[in-house]
Amino acid sequence: MGPRNIVEALRVLETDLPRDVEERLQECLRRERGNSKEIMKAIIENVRYARERSIPMCQDTGTLVFFVRCAEEYGNIIDVIRKGIELATKEVPLRANTVNPFTRENEGRNLGRNNPIVYFEGDAGARDRVSVEIMAKGAGSENVSRVLALESALGVAGIKSCVLETVRKAGAKPCPPIIVGVGVGGTLEWSAYLAKRALLRPLNEKTKDPIVARLEEELLSEINELGIGPMGLGGRTTALGVKVEWAHCHTASLPVSVNIQCWALRRVSAEWDDGGFRILR
Amino acid sequence: MGGVHRLGTRLKDEDVRGLRVGDVVYFSGELYTMRDMAHLRAVEILRDKGRLPFDLRGKVIYHCGPLVRGRKVISAGPTTSMRMERTEPEIIHLSGLRGIVGKGGMGRGTLEALRKFGVVYLEYPGGVGALAARSSKGVKKAYWRDLGDPEAVWVIAVEDFGPCFVTMDAHGETLRKECLSS
Repeated sequence: MGPRNIVEALRVLETDLPRDVEERLQECLRRERGNSKEIMKAIIENVRYARERSIPMCQDTGTLVFFVRCAEEYGNIIDVIRKGIELATKEVPLRANTVNPFTRENEGRNLGRNNPIVYFEGDAGARDRVSVEIMAKGAGSENVSRVLALESALGVAGIKSCVLETVRKAGAKPCPPIIVGVGVGGTLEWSAYLAKRALLRPLNEKTKDPIVARLEEELLSEINELGIGPMGLGGRTTALGVKVEWAHCHTASLPVSVNIQCWALRRVSAEWDDGGFRILR
Repeated sequence: MGGVHRLGTRLKDEDVRGLRVGDVVYFSGELYTMRDMAHLRAVEILRDKGRLPFDLRGKVIYHCGPLVRGRKVISAGPTTSMRMERTEPEIIHLSGLRGIVGKGGMGRGTLEALRKFGVVYLEYPGGVGALAARSSKGVKKAYWRDLGDPEAVWVIAVEDFGPCFVTMDAHGETLRKECLSS
């Protein structure tokens, strides 16, 4: 695995929207009318044009978030990713998004203190295989996401109203139709991690856990009843999907995070092993 | 759906007042990208009765941090306009701009300024950066590069840039009432 493989994966990430997301956009186009339909047409045309020409579909090429599964945590992997981001910023290209939070200075490399953002997940069975999932997270949708410590007594009803309130307040800002990632349990920061990781799950994949499956379905239909619609101009599609990830938590706590994702849910999976490098789609 | 207008980017009072919420506009001319940092810097200069290095009178600004390489615009969709709400009414008042393109709508202060000074707010579909770049013909000039690429002011030549939906007009009308309270 080398920096060039990271560049290749980042190029696919930024220019080629996953098919499950595109399918949902198509379904949503059929449901909309008037200006909302025009917006959906533009979105879908943009997705195709970006793919054909290998152009980043959105100028906000996002904050890159890496989820790596491997047998051991390799410092080496971080170095490869760092080098890959630097090359991809020039070559894909990516917009230089990363700034110092205090001075707002931009070094132009999409790197900096405590970057890149890489989560490692141990996988003893992985042996020599390294799997990586990458997301490009735009700021418009990240800015309206929320992390909350709910009172445990509020229960499932509390979780639901927290999600609905977050989506309602976000309104047109995150480029709807959105995808909603929800993280429940763990600790405060773990719920935030789970909410983001939930966005990696394919939209057409059925959730096995019956409690979670029901929660996802109910949330999706209640969110779509809000009527925010494409770009907030009204309509039947406010969300393309809701995905919930959860962890057991302290008996006194109920952490809930809601990660709002714009329609451009850019994610890509890749793996390396003896057989070389593969992008999985 | 409202009417479709093809306009230049030097807007006269009658151009602006002729637009109503729901109308669709395609712009040909030049757009000035201005987002968070450029708004902060511009309002500081204008408050001190200074002059901006670029004249915005009659012009159209674009809430956008484009992806640019050299003079080529690679991807250039809009950014969330609401972040500019705290300074936009003053910038409208002091700069004489006539059009704003962004996404997501703006607040009460801007709506009032649009009406008072004859300015229109339009929205280009969010995330549609590759298509936006297709209708742009390159960077004419750049200002305030020290702010970093996304935050600099890029003067972008455009041809048939749209659809831009009028969602707040110069008559005090808005398509999104709920946005005003947030």
